Amino acid sequence: MSRVMSFLRQPIVVALALIVLLLYLGELMSPGFASGAQILRLLIVASLLGIVAAGQNVVILGGREGIDLSVGGVVSLSAIIAGNVMNGADIGILPAIAACLVAGAFFGLLNGLGITLLRIPPLVMTLGMLGVLQGLLVVIRMGIPSGQAAPALSRFVTQPLFFGVPGIIWLWVAIGILMAFMLNRTVFGHRIYAIGSNEHAAYMAGVPVRLMRIALFMISGMFAAIAGLCLLGYSGSSFANVGEQYTLTSIIAVVFGGTSLAGGKGGYTGTMAGAFLLVILQGILTTVNIDESGRQMVFGATLLLLMMFYGRGRAMRA
Amino acid sequence: MTEIATSPTYRRAGGLRILLERYPFLPALAIVLVLLALNGVFSPNSLSYRSLTGLLSTYMALILLAIAQTYVVYAGDIDLSAGSILSLVNVAIVVLMERWGGGAGAVLLALAIGLLLGLACGLVNGLVVAALRLQAIVATFATSIFFTGLALYILPVAGTPAPTIFWRTYGGRLLGLPFVFYILVGLVVLLAVLSRTRLATQLLAVGDDQQAAYQTGLPVVAIRIRGYLLCGLFSALAAFCITGDTASGDPLVGGKMTLFSVAAVVLGGSALSGGWGTVVGSLLGALTIGLISSVVFFMGTPSEWQNFVQGLAILVVLMAGVLAGRRARP
Repeated sequence: MSRVMSFLRQPIVVALALIVLLLYLGELMSPGFASGAQILRLLIVASLLGIVAAGQNVVILGGREGIDLSVGGVVSLSAIIAGNVMNGADIGILPAIAACLVAGAFFGLLNGLGITLLRIPPLVMTLGMLGVLQGLLVVIRMGIPSGQAAPALSRFVTQPLFFGVPGIIWLWVAIGILMAFMLNRTVFGHRIYAIGSNEHAAYMAGVPVRLMRIALFMISGMFAAIAGLCLLGYSGSSFANVGEQYTLTSIIAVVFGGTSLAGGKGGYTGTMAGAFLLVILQGILTTVNIDESGRQMVFGATLLLLMMFYGRGRAMRA
Repeated sequence: MTEIATSPTYRRAGGLRILLERYPFLPALAIVLVLLALNGVFSPNSLSYRSLTGLLSTYMALILLAIAQTYVVYAGDIDLSAGSILSLVNVAIVVLMERWGGGAGAVLLALAIGLLLGLACGLVNGLVVAALRLQAIVATFATSIFFTGLALYILPVAGTPAPTIFWRTYGGRLLGLPFVFYILVGLVVLLAVLSRTRLATQLLAVGDDQQAAYQTGLPVVAIRIRGYLLCGLFSALAAFCITGDTASGDPLVGGKMTLFSVAAVVLGGSALSGGWGTVVGSLLGALTIGLISSVVFFMGTPSEWQNFVQGLAILVVLMAGVLAGRRARP
């Protein structure tokens, strides 16, 4: 019995159960919500969030109050860069991917350097970086038009690729498999958990803690950049601050996936479920016929309710 | 030998370090003075009595919001809903004032209700974070969505004007001195009183080591809730100032201010991990943010570069705030 209970308490089981429940509720409220086509549409949106959350996930797993508030800025920046490099031509896709990854890695590197060398708390460093990125976005937008997505990229994100499933969902699944492999089967992955649960012990065991942490922030920047590129494919052209919403929702997806904000505990599979859960919730709220105000109130209250299922802090004991 | 071994930390402490330890907001003050000087260099007019009063009345809301944030940061928590509480109180008082006719009595009654509303929001945050033990960052983000929804319900679109008597008083003069001056004096007195209360010490104790605070018998949950109550109260006061400054209601006015309030707290040398900080530092931190945008403007930065230069400058002073704050800690 206790085995069953502990299985049911696992965050990913909770998230999957909530996903099924929400899909059922959505189907009740507006028939067709849980149809195959609609679920694929929700999965496309979820994969964008999920890719950002992959980077957020490793940063949070790395501990020491690890968090990356700059991801939203990187997503926006990457969408603009991609739009300008490819500018509606398929030939420009590869250079665009390269440019976005370089930009994401660059800002991740800056974050990592500030956090490790100057020992600035991640929250402060990435918050400041978000301000810089937002300023940079204004500069870029004033100087050049926003650019267009290449047709092939838009097809990849919105049209079926194999077995009727769009390419971005396959990409997300591939990222999920890679992340699970990296976290569970590689030295690098084990080191992430090591520095996240006890940085000092990891250091004593010979883990290059600073390099690891810089790498984590660079990974986060690069995932955000990939998401920005895909977001451009999704919307066709980029607009101001498209990525802003991803900053805090990516953190919530990680939390809903059962990764502790204290670091060292959790994984990406749960985060994928968390991202999907969040997107379904938003999807239900947009189909329900209520005001924007009511929608926001219900969304906020539901988020709080759902958080009750996850990693609540321990009660104080003497 | 042992005596020498135990005392060097005190021996080595130079005059500067002692000064920093006693007045941890000194680096923030220095930054503010440098920025004021820069303002003066680029535009001598900006140091006039009139301009400074204008700067103060524009940034009084951010100052109060930063102070609100400081009390939760004291206890090692954070409030990402402070800006949305500000928006909510802003639209609530504007709508109430309008509905009740905009007389002096209506204004005062609306303000009283605004304070209660701020406290109620603070209570919600406190219960969610301290009593239900949800993670402060994500939980207050969720409540911020809820509060924003409530603000949108009260006033769906920006624009309802505040009564003339309200913004005339805020932007006007009393006995020959600008009204914001009285607000500042009142604020300083309030902060001085609060810093001498047991609550300030208890918040810092909880932030420094929650377990230790609990074991010495402090009611940790109640103290953290009180921290959020103070935060709600000061967010409501900040809403009064923004209403006086913009003279209208806007359900999204505070959204961008939350992260600035966190930045101001860090600029003031307080530790986000809790247990260390000053409200005066946060006040100066908020002024720093205001002065940076004014310097960037007066420097003649091309308009499209202003946000970037401002963001870069804030990042640099944030780092300076963290480094100086760490130096100051005993």
